[in-house]
Amino acid sequence: MTRFLSLVFLLRGLLAVFAALLIGSVLILAAGADPLTAYGTLFQGAFLDYWGFATTLQIMSPLLLAGLAVVLPLRAGLFNIGAEGQIYIGALFATVIALYVPGLPGPLHILLCSFAGALGGALWALIPALLKAYRRINEIIVTLLLNFVALHFVSFMVGGPMMEPGAPYPYSPEIPESLFLPHLLPRTDAHAGVLVGVVIALVMFAVFHRGTFGFSLDTVARNPDAARYAGISVERHIIVAFLVAGAIAGLAGTFEVLGHRYRLFHAFSQGYGYDGIVVAFLAGLSPLLAIVSALFLAGLRAGASIMQRAVGIETTVIEAIQGLVILFVAVSLAFRYRATEVGRALRRRQEVERALDAESEERES
Amino acid sequence: MTEYKLLLDDISKSFGATRANDRVTLAVRPGSVHAILGENGAGKSTLMNILYGLYRPDSGRILVDGREVEIHSPRDALDAGIGMVHQHFMLVTQLSVVENIVLGMKRLGLQLNLAAHSRALEELSQSFGFDIDPWAEVGKLSVGMQQRVEILKLLYHEADILILDEPTSVLTPGEIGPFFDLLRRLRDAGRTIILITHKLDEVMAIADRVTVMQDGKVKSELSTEEADTDMLAHLMVGREVMVRVRHPNRSPGATMLRLEKISVADARGLPALDVVSIDLRAGEVLGIAGVDGNGQAELARVIAGLVPAQSGRLLLEGVDITGAGVAERLQRFGIAYVPEDRHRDGLVLDASVAQNAVLRRYRSPPFARMGFFRPAMIRDHAQRLADSYSVRMQSVDQPIRFLSGGNQQKVILARELDGEPRVLVVAQPTKGLDVGAIEFVQSEIIAQRDRGVAVLYISTELEHLLDVADRVGVLYRGHLMDVLPAEDASAERVGLLMAGVAPQRAGAA
Repeated sequence: MTRFLSLVFLLRGLLAVFAALLIGSVLILAAGADPLTAYGTLFQGAFLDYWGFATTLQIMSPLLLAGLAVVLPLRAGLFNIGAEGQIYIGALFATVIALYVPGLPGPLHILLCSFAGALGGALWALIPALLKAYRRINEIIVTLLLNFVALHFVSFMVGGPMMEPGAPYPYSPEIPESLFLPHLLPRTDAHAGVLVGVVIALVMFAVFHRGTFGFSLDTVARNPDAARYAGISVERHIIVAFLVAGAIAGLAGTFEVLGHRYRLFHAFSQGYGYDGIVVAFLAGLSPLLAIVSALFLAGLRAGASIMQRAVGIETTVIEAIQGLVILFVAVSLAFRYRATEVGRALRRRQEVERALDAESEERES
Repeated sequence: MTEYKLLLDDISKSFGATRANDRVTLAVRPGSVHAILGENGAGKSTLMNILYGLYRPDSGRILVDGREVEIHSPRDALDAGIGMVHQHFMLVTQLSVVENIVLGMKRLGLQLNLAAHSRALEELSQSFGFDIDPWAEVGKLSVGMQQRVEILKLLYHEADILILDEPTSVLTPGEIGPFFDLLRRLRDAGRTIILITHKLDEVMAIADRVTVMQDGKVKSELSTEEADTDMLAHLMVGREVMVRVRHPNRSPGATMLRLEKISVADARGLPALDVVSIDLRAGEVLGIAGVDGNGQAELARVIAGLVPAQSGRLLLEGVDITGAGVAERLQRFGIAYVPEDRHRDGLVLDASVAQNAVLRRYRSPPFARMGFFRPAMIRDHAQRLADSYSVRMQSVDQPIRFLSGGNQQKVILARELDGEPRVLVVAQPTKGLDVGAIEFVQSEIIAQRDRGVAVLYISTELEHLLDVADRVGVLYRGHLMDVLPAEDASAERVGLLMAGVAPQRAGAA
């Protein structure tokens, strides 16, 4: 019985998804379609169809990268709700390099754009990191609010200084074709960004399990006092965790421009940064499982439009189902969350908070 | 007519295997100031938390005015007339004094008449000389004034037994005198005050009677008229049997570590170490005695590099290391540190024994290469340390949480001594250990001294200190009172110094 219960507990993310789909089927019924056919179409379209799977991979790229940008700071007990904003600023930096630094060979230029995008995201994440490390200002609120600043700043840029002349909507000129990311599946939207995401996930896994940096982050979160005693600077680790997370999210924005849209659009991200939070929590904060959860959520999105076309359900129904998935995953985490990785992360956050308090009291004195 | 305002009768409370209160009886007379004196961990706080309804006693009774009361919550305590001022105030800093005070009052009615309350408060405040403006915003008051608000709150809530938990620890020296005057006025008005403290001179200054606790038991109860600080120091820290195993070192070497006029501020900016100079020689154990909270923690931490010195210099064999960080002090200068609180500072409890064994060196070779661990090296190293210190455990991969305190301390000692340190700072190394483990730790410290290490041994447990120290210094309120050779460091003399009584003959030295 206990084994069964612990199995249920382990699989609660999956069960939550299943429950969400079950309730979603009521919505589908209400919309006048057969749920089994609808879901069948969805999953077949998302994972078994060439074009559909390509769309899944294309959506998976920003989801996975944003997910990893949430996973990393949580290792040190910090919440990054700001992947969305970091995506925007990353995309902006990358577009600037793509449009205004001409005359470089393609591959080198792509690298430079990616570097710029990572830098942009990192700089955006540096703001909450510095405020958190040295002024104890809540990083959740700062990262969240900076998202709106970034969103509107990009809108301003592509609606003004960077706007394509004569464009009907706010968007930038198209980037040179030499900068288009290579495609994984020919003639589709599946670009190489997702591969970068998978590589980063693998590296992150290795660093978490074997790396000294992973252990430092762990120690900062588990026992900040012992971390200081071990010669680890708590402040510096907060900053580095945020910088790397911001860089990863910045890459997500970069690849949206270089791999998918080829221009900088205003409001292009559609909440990938927030979906990253769901990816991270559905994966139980494991970088490896983040690959799986990003794939699943991307499939849900890609399959939705196919399901809409095939079965004729309003997109609003599918959006509602996506909302249910997020809601149920969140609820499943609350269920005995104290014993989970997430619960530990939450407690870590309190620990870090406490240590910073102590530190700043020392400083003020 | 009952003789006692409050009677705690035969109270016992255990946490797991620890008996935090062991058949404690406390009798407090009405209209008196009754001090409860004891070191950290003596059971004072447990007892007060029982009285305040935060813990339930395993056995025993509580009587107020001769009537037995059941206290399940702070609310019950207040209904019985018992109020407590915690070390950390329970005030809403954004609200005014009067708002804070009516907060949580019963029978406020539907309409809150703050003006009426403020008039009543004003009157109450006047009658005791609190000197508080009811409309002042609490966050803008000084800490001393906030403490008065807390007391005023209890009075307004009609508590006539006031428990004050280390009340002077938040006050500056100048605020203490007026605060005591206030307590005297309260006592003269018939209130009963229970003062929890480990400061001896305060007991002598303000208390009528004092109960000394040690190891969860009442050691003694006496009137302050028949007591003096020396005697109280003795009661508080001394054990009945003083076994002295002396291992004096006849030939200490040259000065290894020199503290030059070091000052360190505590969290509130008050001086925790006040211009302390120490010469620590190679091959000697310098013991630092003192009642807990007199600057010992800061002394250890400033040498280890965990807190910055406000002023003064640290010299290691003549090299100025004042600006060096924690890791540099260990790895480059060989300053090892066994921290006072194993669980808070010394270990990462969720990490394995192996990881803890390399906690201070895990980023350097041979334990890591290019940012990645070499687990085999770490495990072998940990196993070797564990074997040579006979650490009892299942495996080096076991979380260190599951080891006994003695074995955890062995891992810390092994780790700190492994790098062949030149200076060893140990703080309370025997705290919470059983006799066998204490023996082991002490003999290891002696062995290090004989190897030529300069050892600074900080302990509030005087007899353990006298077991190993070659010289004994005493810290009192951040001052180094005196440093005595071991043979002159009788419990009586050290006790006097611990109580802040300056040596008469020290002028010449």
